[in-house]
Order: sequence, then C-alpha cells, then structure tokens
Amino acid sequence: MEAFKEHVGFVVPLDRINVDTDQIIPKQFLKRIERTGFGDFLFNDWRYLENGDPNPEFVLNDPRYANASILIAGANFGCGSSREHAPWALQQYGFKAILAPSFADIFRNNCYKNGILPIALPADVIASLSQEAHDTEGYQLMVDLEAQSVICPDGTAHTFEIGDFEKHCLLNGLDEIGWTLQYEADIAAYENRG
Amino acid sequence: MRASADEVPILYIDTHLVHEVTSPQAFEGLRLNNRKVRRPNLTFATMDHNVPTTDRSLPITDLIAAKQMETLAENCAEFDIPLYDIDSPDQGIVHVIGPELGITQPGMTIVCGDSHTSTHGALGALAFGIGTSEIEHVLATQCLLQQKSETFEIRIDGTLPYGVTAKDIILAIIGHIGIDGGNGAVVEYTGSAIRALSIEERMTVCNMSIEAGARAGMIAPDDTTYKYIAGKRFAPKDEDFDAAVERWKQLPTDDGATYDRTLILDAADIAPQVTWGTNPGMVTDVTGRVPDPADMETTDDKRAAEHALAYMDLQPGTPITDIPVDRVFIGSCTNSRISDLRAAAEVAKGRKVAANVSAMVVPGSQAVKRQAEAEGLDAVFREAGFEWREAGCSMCLGMNPDTLSPGQRCASTSNRNFEGRQGKGGRTHLVSPQMAAATAVTGRFVDIRKFQ
Repeated sequence: MEAFKEHVGFVVPLDRINVDTDQIIPKQFLKRIERTGFGDFLFNDWRYLENGDPNPEFVLNDPRYANASILIAGANFGCGSSREHAPWALQQYGFKAILAPSFADIFRNNCYKNGILPIALPADVIASLSQEAHDTEGYQLMVDLEAQSVICPDGTAHTFEIGDFEKHCLLNGLDEIGWTLQYEADIAAYENRG
Repeated sequence: MRASADEVPILYIDTHLVHEVTSPQAFEGLRLNNRKVRRPNLTFATMDHNVPTTDRSLPITDLIAAKQMETLAENCAEFDIPLYDIDSPDQGIVHVIGPELGITQPGMTIVCGDSHTSTHGALGALAFGIGTSEIEHVLATQCLLQQKSETFEIRIDGTLPYGVTAKDIILAIIGHIGIDGGNGAVVEYTGSAIRALSIEERMTVCNMSIEAGARAGMIAPDDTTYKYIAGKRFAPKDEDFDAAVERWKQLPTDDGATYDRTLILDAADIAPQVTWGTNPGMVTDVTGRVPDPADMETTDDKRAAEHALAYMDLQPGTPITDIPVDRVFIGSCTNSRISDLRAAAEVAKGRKVAANVSAMVVPGSQAVKRQAEAEGLDAVFREAGFEWREAGCSMCLGMNPDTLSPGQRCASTSNRNFEGRQGKGGRTHLVSPQMAAATAVTGRFVDIRKFQ
C-alpha cells in the first residue's frame, strides 16, 4: 500500500449526506476482475448525462474543481455496499483524503487499505470548510497525518481522530497481511486448541 | 485469537463466504505475493451477483459477467476452495445457502465480501461484510484485524399485528434510528416479538442491520435455532450435535448485561412499511403519505428529501396507496426464502397481476426453488402472471440482465432503494413479500391488512 504522510491539495465540496457506494461506483462497473480502471466511472450516474457527456450540473465537472484531491461531503459518506471498488474509484480519480462529519464503517475500513484518509470532523467545521471551497477559487487544505491535523490556508488547524494502528499502517504503507502473518504461531496454536 | 491493550485485536474467522464480484482482486493479490489460502476448508464460494436468472442451459450473453464467473471457478480450482457454481444444485445467494446448508452456526465468526453478511447473525453468529483487501487478508491468514464494536440492543416486545412482517420490523427500526443510527455498533435484537420469529424471519431482520449502518446484527440462539440447524448438511451430527447445542446454550447475553445503546419498540405499533425515498430510512407506514421536505428538521435532511422526491418523481402529501407501480420484484437475500415465497404465493393465489405490471419471483437458491416447485408455488405464481426464475441476486442490484428501465417504479422485497440500484433511473420502493404480491395484483401500493 502507498504510504500517506501529508498532503496538500485542492478541495471540492459535494453537498450531500448519505452518499452511498452505489453512487460512488454503480454496479455495472463491478464486473471487472482488475483492481484498476475505476476512476473514470467515479460517481458515474451523477457525473455523466444520458449521451455520455459530462453533466455540467455536477460539481466534479466544474472546471474550478478540476484538480481537486480532497473531497468534502455530508454525513455518513460511503454507506451501503461493502464494495472496495468505491475507494478504488476515488483513489484512481485522484482523491487522497475525504472529509465528512461521519463515515460508514466498512467504507472507512476500505479507505485505510488503499491509502485514502477518511477524516471525520465536526459538522460545523465541515460546513465552514465546504463554504470556503464554494467561495474561494483554488481553495486548498493541508492534511498532516502525523499531527492528525487539517490545516487551513489561514493557519487554523482542525485535529481529527484515527486509530493508532490505522495511522501506523498509513504512515508506513504497511502490508497488513504480512503484519498478521508474523503471528503465525499464535494462529496455528488457536487452530489446534482442544 | 489475539488481543492486547496496545495492538489491534486479531479475530479468527471460522467461516469465509466468497462470491464472484468482490473476490477476483483478492485472489490476484495472493498470487502477486505468492501466498496461499490458509484454510480452504473453511472457505465456501458461490456465484450469485452476476448470474442470469433465465434458462441456465443457454449461454451467458454478458461476456464480462461470464468472465468474472469463470475467474471465480479458476480461483477456486487453483486454491482448492469448494464452489457451488451456476450449475450446482446448491447454487444460490450466498446469504441464503450458508444457513440452508448448515454452514452458518451459532457462535461462529463469519465474513464475506458483501455487506449483507449480517444476515447470518440470525443464528447467533458474529457475521459482517468486508472489502476486497480484507477478503485477501482472510484468505491468507484466516484472521482479520478488528476493533471491538459498540453494543446496541434493539428490543421489540409484544405481538406483531396481522399483516406485519419481519421486513416491516426492520424497516420501522431503520425509520426510527436512520440509516446511520447503527454506525460503529453490533446490534443485538431482543424481546418477545423477536423470539417469536422463525429463523428465516430473523434473517430478514439481521440482513438489513447494515441499512442502519450497523456492522452486524445478531439474535441469541434458542430452541428455534437448534431445530433449524439439526440435520443440515454441514451441521454437527448425533452426539456432536448435542455437544454443540450445549456449547451454543452458553452464547446468549447474560441477564442484566448492559449495552452501549438501547432502543425499545412495541411490535403492536408497527404497520406495514413502504419506502418513499432513495435510502431505506426514508420509509413510512402504508397508511401514510409522501412527506413534505419543508417539514424536515435540518437543511441537510430537507435537501436530501427534495433530491429524493425529484428522483422518485413523487409529490409531497401523496397517499402511499395512490402510488402506481410498473414492476414487482420478489427476491434478494432479504426475502427470497421458502417462507417468503409461501407468503407471497398465498396472496397471489387465484389472482392476476395487474395489466400494466410486470412481476417476477426469484428464489434465493436452487434448493428454495425445488422446494417451492414441490409445493406448487411456481404454478401459483405463473397462473397469476408472475415470472418464475432461477436463483440469484437478480434485480436487487441489477448486475445481471434483470434491471429496471429509466423511470420505472418497482415494489421490491430487496434491501436498498438507492438511486439507480435496480437500474439507472429506476425507482425502488421496499416492501415485504406479502405487500409486493398484493401490489402486483392491484397495480398500486395496498395495505395488506385490508387486502381482500
């Protein structure tokens, strides 16, 4: 896994709550057997019109946000299906971090496994950051994982929570399977218990 | 398996269920790292998400789906994993066949690359959905790194009124706590109304725990559970079964135990439920009306409701029973077991599907299909004008050719009414099997309690 230490990037606001993984990557794209090639289909049904042209109403198609790598969204982002294709699509589109008041459990786990940082911040903080991203062209944020902090252009810092192990894995790009396999003897002993 | 204060706990996985859609990249990961499947004998695979539900003797026309199924077959052969493929008499939706074959047992840890794995909690297992990276982790290590969840008791006391089903219980719960009301928690369903449910009904409840955001839902095993498991193919036999029951009896939560959260509902207050919006929490009684976004408490909720009503093409204040449908789908891991089909057939018997409605019944497994046919349910459905299909996930998520066309409205016994879930532009209303069958007949939503 790619390590995540810190990231500075442009911000795009997606003003919706309960964005489900069916919206992030619709089912017709889950038939691929590869792990790549999902970025073009991110938010497919919102992002493209019937004829396949970009939907000008959808925020990712706004030229102002063309190079965004930080997504701000409403509460309970990533609810629904366990499809890891959702974080794959977000990551392959170019997102490094997602900021929201809350995340669905399985989605948040899946993000950690793919070097994307899901950052939960209080709803009022999210609302004000989202407003800034609407109002200020080229609005950027810095995410510092070591310090567990989102830093605004004016220097304001918002700290966030993350589990020690998740943080350790992201900072080091750790192979979690390798980590578990170091306990091979314990696993075998458990399997052979009476 | 291993827990210490300063490390993430390692949870041993007793049963790993695998299907064609979320597993190919996990097997590829094993190959790239030269790893093996640690316990092929604790791993079971089937094909369900992609499979066509039409005549199985015909070739599969969706070549990409066919390739994914072929890949699962190759992976199972390479790693020596038992597979119930499309031609197997045991094929079916992974959450239907697990309990049906006796693979699912109380006290087990069960995972699958599918969020509806919570279904298996109906038998007192700790069962939850995982992503593809975690599938690879379990294949390689038979373990998962897993933090302990909060505990959430949802107690339903009393007696369910006539016409109110397990599906209505769980939809009413989600309506109460919202689709993120269970985030971070494992739900235990308790109370006399839950105890009175059959195992198949309990599966319907636990299945949709994830729709409230809960990682898992479970119901303590009892005599109903042991009776259900006895004699199943993978269940312990004879003295081993008796010994297992003694162990399983130790599993229920201690009297007086406390939970992090508790919700108590009275079964008598629950009415048949119909969703009106684009997530399962947007739900109301069948006697209710489409809500007005202006009445919503927060700006976020108001905006979400406006968006949902625009997508669903519904006006605020419309009585639910005035909403006409184009399609009816009876199936999915929520409601495709034999008791679901019996309940729907009882409503359909001697009646006809309305002229403008197209309705289909998709059994959850080949075994359910055989049982239904032995009971003559297929004939009941066919005579009423329902299509009778082969087993699979089908129009619950429309990965196979069973989809809604843009603008079509569907009464569905499945679990998600997300935008585009059953087909781009399709509009889904979640209901119980009885309500779905009655809706097929009348062509609009109908209160099953008044259905003649």
